[in-house]
Formats: sequence, C-alpha cells, structure tokens
Amino acid sequence: MTYIAKPKMHHPTLQTNKVGYTRRDYEGRISTLCAGCGHDSISAAVIQACWELDIEPHRVAKLSGIGCSSKTTDYFLGASHGFNTVHGRMPSVLTGANLANRELLYLGVSGDGDSASIGLGQFANAMRRGVRMAYIVENNGVYGLTKGQFSATADRGAKNKKGAINNDNPIDLVGIALQLGATYVARSFSGDKAQLIPLIKGAMSHGGAAVIDVISPCVTFNNHGGSTKSYDYIRQHNEAVSRIDFISPSSEITTEYAPGAVVDVPQHDGSILRLRKLHADYDPTDRDAAMSYMHARAARGEVVTGLLYLDPLATDLHTSLNTCEQPLNTMGAQLLCPGSEALNKINDALR
Amino acid sequence: MKRIAAINDFVIKFANVNGSGSASANELFAKAVMRMGVPVSPRNIFPSNIQGMPTWYEARVCEKGYHGRRGGVDMMVAMNPQTWDTDIAEISPGGYLLYDSTRPQPASRFRDDVLTIGVPLTDIANAAYTDPRQRQLFKNIIYVGALSVLLDVDVAVFDTLFAEQYKGKGKERLLEANVQALHLGRDYVKQHLQAPLDIRVQRADNVGDQIFTDGNSAAALGLVYGGATVAAWYPITPSTSIPEMFAKYCEKFRVDPDTGQNRFAIVQAEDELASIGMVVGAGWNGARAFTATSGPGISLMTEFIGLAYFAEIPVTIVNVQRGGPSTGMPTKTQQSDLLACAYASHGDTKHVLLFPQDPHECFTHSAAALDLAERLQTPIFVMTDLDIGMNQRLCKPFVWDDNKEYDRGKVMSAEELEAGTPFGRYKDVDGDGIPWRTLPGTHPTKGAFFSRGTSRNPQAMYSEAGPDYIYNMERLLRKFKTAESMVPQPIFRQATAPTKLGVIYYGSTTPAMREALDVLERNGDHLDAMRLCAFPFPDSVRKFIAEHDKLFVVEQNRDAQMRSMLINELEIDPAKLVRVLHYDGTPITARFIISTIHDCVHKEVA
Repeated sequence: MTYIAKPKMHHPTLQTNKVGYTRRDYEGRISTLCAGCGHDSISAAVIQACWELDIEPHRVAKLSGIGCSSKTTDYFLGASHGFNTVHGRMPSVLTGANLANRELLYLGVSGDGDSASIGLGQFANAMRRGVRMAYIVENNGVYGLTKGQFSATADRGAKNKKGAINNDNPIDLVGIALQLGATYVARSFSGDKAQLIPLIKGAMSHGGAAVIDVISPCVTFNNHGGSTKSYDYIRQHNEAVSRIDFISPSSEITTEYAPGAVVDVPQHDGSILRLRKLHADYDPTDRDAAMSYMHARAARGEVVTGLLYLDPLATDLHTSLNTCEQPLNTMGAQLLCPGSEALNKINDALR
Repeated sequence: MKRIAAINDFVIKFANVNGSGSASANELFAKAVMRMGVPVSPRNIFPSNIQGMPTWYEARVCEKGYHGRRGGVDMMVAMNPQTWDTDIAEISPGGYLLYDSTRPQPASRFRDDVLTIGVPLTDIANAAYTDPRQRQLFKNIIYVGALSVLLDVDVAVFDTLFAEQYKGKGKERLLEANVQALHLGRDYVKQHLQAPLDIRVQRADNVGDQIFTDGNSAAALGLVYGGATVAAWYPITPSTSIPEMFAKYCEKFRVDPDTGQNRFAIVQAEDELASIGMVVGAGWNGARAFTATSGPGISLMTEFIGLAYFAEIPVTIVNVQRGGPSTGMPTKTQQSDLLACAYASHGDTKHVLLFPQDPHECFTHSAAALDLAERLQTPIFVMTDLDIGMNQRLCKPFVWDDNKEYDRGKVMSAEELEAGTPFGRYKDVDGDGIPWRTLPGTHPTKGAFFSRGTSRNPQAMYSEAGPDYIYNMERLLRKFKTAESMVPQPIFRQATAPTKLGVIYYGSTTPAMREALDVLERNGDHLDAMRLCAFPFPDSVRKFIAEHDKLFVVEQNRDAQMRSMLINELEIDPAKLVRVLHYDGTPITARFIISTIHDCVHKEVA
C-alpha cells in the first residue's frame, strides 16, 4: 500500500469517455491492502470497465460484506454511494437496495469467506432470485484480515503458510451459481486484466444475476508453494475457455472473424458480447454442458476461466415481482396511500 | 346449586379440534352478539399445529365493553372429546355445558353443579347432509343455531350476517345451506329444551361505530397507508399474517391500473437475517421498508439492527411477541422482548419501541413507525403481541387524514447539493442529533458517502479516533433524546381521590387494566395510572413516577422488563416500583391485577 495520495488535479489532456468523465473520476480512496494484493488489480479492472462502459459513477451503488475484499469498494468509484454491510450479508442488503430503486446499477463485492463460509445462504438465495447485479467474489482461499486461516473455497490438500493441510472439500461458488440459476457466470484471475475487464463490463450490463469468481491471490498469506490460489499456481493451471469482447450498443463492429470461431451474443440492453471460443467444444449458453465441462476440468486440476455461462434473455427479480418501472423510492402518498374513503369502506366491512 | 344468571356479561368457551372449520362458526357467534349491540372480545387459544390438536375460542360477552380476558368460564361448548375432562372441570360452579349428545355418556362424566344441555349435533348433521365434510362444517353452524336460542340471540342478525357474507357474490347456495343449518340447531332447542337460559344476550347499544378486527391485519393496513413499499419477511408465528395481509391489501390498492404493475415488492426471504438485510438495503436506498417477526426472529436480526442503528438507516420492525425464551410458547402471548429490542445488538445501542394497545393502534403505530424511522434514521419497533395480533378485538375505527404527507426526514436533494449546501453525513448541523443523508444516485459529483458499521468521522470517513467516536456516540444519544417528543406520549388516568399510589402498564395489558382500575376504584383502592406508549420515556414519565410513593408496574413477562427499563433509564429507586407479573402465556386478566394490587395495598396497610 501507499499513503501518498495522488493529486486530485486532472491533466487537461486526460481522455474523457462519452459521459465526460476521465478514468480518474472512477477512482476511490487509496487502497490500504498489502502491496501486490490481487484485489487491487480487480479494483483497477472495475475502474477501467466502468469508464469504458460510459457509466455515470453516481448511477452505481456498490455494496460489500466484511473482509479484505469488502474493503475494496472504498478504493474505486468514489463518487458512488457505498455500503460496507455485515459479514456475509451483502446479498440481502443489495437485494433490498435494488428493490427500492431499479434504475441504478448494483455492484456487489465479496470474498470467499464472506460468500462461501458465513454468507453461503445469502449468496445462494440471491442467485435463486435473479437479483440484477454484478457480484464479484475476490477469492483467495484465506481469511486475510485475521491472518491466514483457510476459507471454504480452499482446495482439499492445499497448504497454508504455516504448513497445515486443508482437509475439507472446497465450495465451488461458480458451480453453485450455475446450479441455482445465475444467468451470467464467469471465473477469472486478478492477474489477467485482458480477460477480467470485458467480463466485468458484461456483468455490469447483464439483465439478471451476474457472478464473477475472481481468483485473487493473497500475497501475504496464500502465495506460497503448496497453495492452490497463488499467482504461480493459477498461471500454471489456468484454462481459459473463452475470450470475450464487450461491444456497447452504439459501437461499430469493425473486426472480422472466421466463421465458427466467434459467437455474438446480444444482451438485453443492446450491447453485444463477442465470444471467442478457445475450446471448440465449449458452449457457454448450455448450462448443463458448462457444469459437466467444469467438473471434468476441475478433476484434472485445471482452473477453468472465462465466461462459463450466459443466458442473454435473462430477467430479474423485478420481472418476477412485476414491479412498476418507476423506482419505489420515488413514490409519495399520492401513489401509495389508498386514502380515507377506501379506509371508511374497510371500516364498514369490519362492523 | 345456584345457576349463574347474567345478562350481557358472561364468558363462553368453545372447545374444538383444529382444522374442523369451527373458527368461522365461532366468529359468526361473536359477530351475532355484537350485532345485538353487545361488545364481545374473543380469544383463540391454539396449539402450534395444523390439524387434529385441541383448540379453544373463548368469547367474553361484556356490555360494559371490557375487552381484557376476564378469567373463568360460565358456559362451555365442549366439542372435543380429547379435552372433555379438563374442559368440564373449567366451568364455574353454576355454569352451563353444551355438548353433542349423539353418543350417550355415563353420568360420571358430568358435573352436578353444572347445567348440562345435550343436543345430538352429529345425528342432526348426519340426517341433513350426506357429504362428510359438509356434515363436519355444518355441525358447527348447528351448535351456533342452538346457542342462539339458548342465549336469546335474535335470528335476524344471523340473516344479515349470512347475507353480507354470501349474497351477491355468487355464493347463494352457501347462504341457503348456512341458514338451513342454523335453523336445524334452533329448531331442536325450541322443540326439546328450555330456553333461553339465565345467562343470555339482550339488545344494547354499546358497540357503536367500533370495528372488529385483529392487530396483524390492522398493522398490515397501517403499513400500506404509511407508504411501505418493500416488505421482506420469514414465516413465524404469530406474525405471519402481517406480510400476508400486507400482500392482500397491496393487491387491492397498489397495482397500477394502467400497467397492471405493482407499487410494492414483497420477498419471502430465506431467513430473518436476510429479511432484515433487505429492509436495511431498501431503507438505505430511500424506500419505506418493513419486516414483521417474533422473538426468535429478533434474536437472528440483532446484528443487522446494530448496523442500522450505527449506520443510521430507517427500518421498521413489527414484533408480534410470543412466549419465550428460545422456541418458548409459539402460540401463547407475552410481553417479553422489551429488553431484547430496546437494547438489541452488541455495543451501546438504544432503540425506539412503540406499544400499541389494540388493532386501532396497531394501524396508527405501524404507519407512524415508517415516518419515525425516516425522521430518526433508525430502527423503530412496533411491539405488539399474540393477544392483540391474532385475536379480533372491538376498537375505534381506522382514520386517515388525506392531507397528510409522509415525513421523509432529512434527505438532501440534488438541488440543495447543487446550490452548495454543505453535506456531512454524520454531522449534527441542527442540534437535534439527526444528521442529513443523501440517497444513492442523487448527484453526479456531490453528496456520495460510504455507509459502514465501523466507526467514522462526521464526513463518513473511516475513523477510530477517540474524539470522532465519542462525537458520534453522543450525537446518537442526542438523537434518542429528540425521539422522546416524537413518539406517542404516555396516557394518564387520575384517580377520583388523591393518592400516592400509581400504576404503570402498556400494550395488550391495557384492556384488563382499564377494567381493574374501575373495580379497584369502586373498592376504594385509588391509583393514578400511566399507560406507556413508547420508549424512550419523555419527561412526563419521570414526573409521574416522582409524584407517587409506590407504583405497580403491570406486565406480561417474568423479569419485569419494563420496570428494569424505567429503573435503568430514569434512575428510579427500585424499591418504589412493585412488580405485577403475569406470564403463563395466557392474556393477563383484570381479576389477576385486582387481586394482586389489592393484596399488596392492604398488606402494606396491615
């Protein structure tokens, strides 16, 4: 970490996006995480993705739980409202916030302890409900803030810094998300910015529950030999199934690809996810196939990354609840209160 | 044996099997008596079970309008063989027993000091109906018919009630069937028995414009009127009917007529942690949100309640209290969550509690809670209980002022931010301890802040610096002080003679207390009374206590929780506050209050 703040002043030549913001306008406070922490790379990717998406920063609400990962919401999008909630319970708070105002974009940030251990129930149920959000799990397999205990995503047989072996089976959040109906499921690696940024852009533009499990090595407590969440281990075992390019609704499509090699998947907002398949046999719109592919690869020790599953026609909780278009938090008595005449009728019926 | 003779003043208890359809028949009986202008207060006594277990419906007929449970049973309608012995034993000497005489019973199963009235209900029903379900359901209406003659209830009120329920709704067949069943019961009694009895109903005019409803429905309606748009909940007895009724009222009143879309969002969450989490999220984002639960739910929600207190987020929680601790007595009533709610969460916290006395106040307090939550930016608890929540009660009709706007509290607008109004999320700019907030998405560059459960400075930046922490905690106390004048104020009743004795009570104890005070007064035991309507306690509470030498604190829990709160908050000498506690799970009775206070007062004198 550094304690020297960058000057607020923006250089006049800094490039602005379509809504007039520079990349710097998407930054937050200075990170207090350890130097080299994977989470800081994810924060940088969020900043880049939001800038490239031309999102006005204040139209994003960022919510998190508790832990190193959850602290990062303070380190990007400083002009957005943020909410550091309680441990493992970000999904419910985000759900409520989303119900109150469906017009904002919701970014949930969590960790492996937060989402897979204490908050597994809330993670699972938010996926079931299809809450529209981009849910990023910054997954390092350990509890960083309490100095290196295994979390529920640590692989069986993985070694901690003191040499102890983890005997419990890991929880695979991607597998759970797929099984429970999440409509945008990806895994990535904090060290692969080129893969991560378009995945975040796709998730932010998705019409339903989008989850990205980002393997994000903990340089202090889980980056040693014997760890299965270290930079070296992930680089050696990373098996990307796809590369995506995110194409916003107004961009021109210029690049030509050989037929069969790419699939253009239009999203509900008109944007296009251009999927370059790195494995010919991988179909990211087939949920069952995605699940069995992942299981087979995981058994071989590979960490499958990329966009694993996408339902481009996804709907969300508001669709299920048939909520009106106008955000609920903007309604006053005129729209909400049935009035005294109706109340008198109710009184009459109770006599 | 002298028979009990009473006009418009008796208790009748129905012993039934749950799931047998008796509830609507019993309600029909209660309503019929009320249509005679005589107040009735019924109470369901039921198990945590769906079918086959014993259930009772105890209706107090009382022309004077005392709605508290009286105690004692003047007439038993014994329809449940499982509980026969205890039901028979419960009848007061000189009382009455109505039973199904289809199967002969040995004389040893009856009591000499109780007038036994046999009606062959099963035979009558079997002769009239072939469908087994109909036989069961109409047997209930047949006993209501029999009772109507025995107790002299005008048959015309039944005609009106049936017509209101079935006529013009495509249910004409049901109308006829019910009328027929009622008359089967009436005719049998007229032909075979002496009627009316010495306990009976006589036309009066003491119901007036009152309504007859339960606290949970009323609370749900109050939440609709108060503008709640987000409801998150988890099923738990005895609160479940609040979100269910909220949904029903929303379907009726909150669907956009043009689009067919909902101006509400209701989520049945995976547990109480998620329910309160959603309410916190919605409140943070500016929607009026609530959850309804009971004691075990409160225990689970406690961490979030602390967050909402410290991060200052509007939250409304209706707690329909039941018997605790742990799973306790899920279908019995208590006022035993006061301390758990008033000081919920770790660290130093204090929460606003409202204490409705009946369905009318469940409505007003629930609507008021939504205003208070946004004004004070904190959790507000509506502390009802099973006795008020799940029983129908006569009460004042609901009222609403159409000119009333919702109080959205201190929310800074985009215009104010644009005009350069200084914003510090946790800064006390008005001196009342209540800071200003902004909602997410308000302004592109101004007013964003980071909400957190960690300590912060007035600008909402993380800070563990002592002075920042103290500033915040002291401000929260100041805010709690501000709440004193905003919450419903205590209600006083002065004795007819000067006295140094006082009594303090709240919530569902109120109707029994009103009756007890009348009786005590008549007997020469003069007490000034104060009904607490909310926590924090305004100065008038301190003053009332100071003006008296000894005060009885009447409540429905073991540990005298309100008494502890008064001692704790107002630094009252504990010796001054005498515990009057009723906590066996049944609603407190006037008889209990009268005898406990009477004994205590006269023991002192002796």
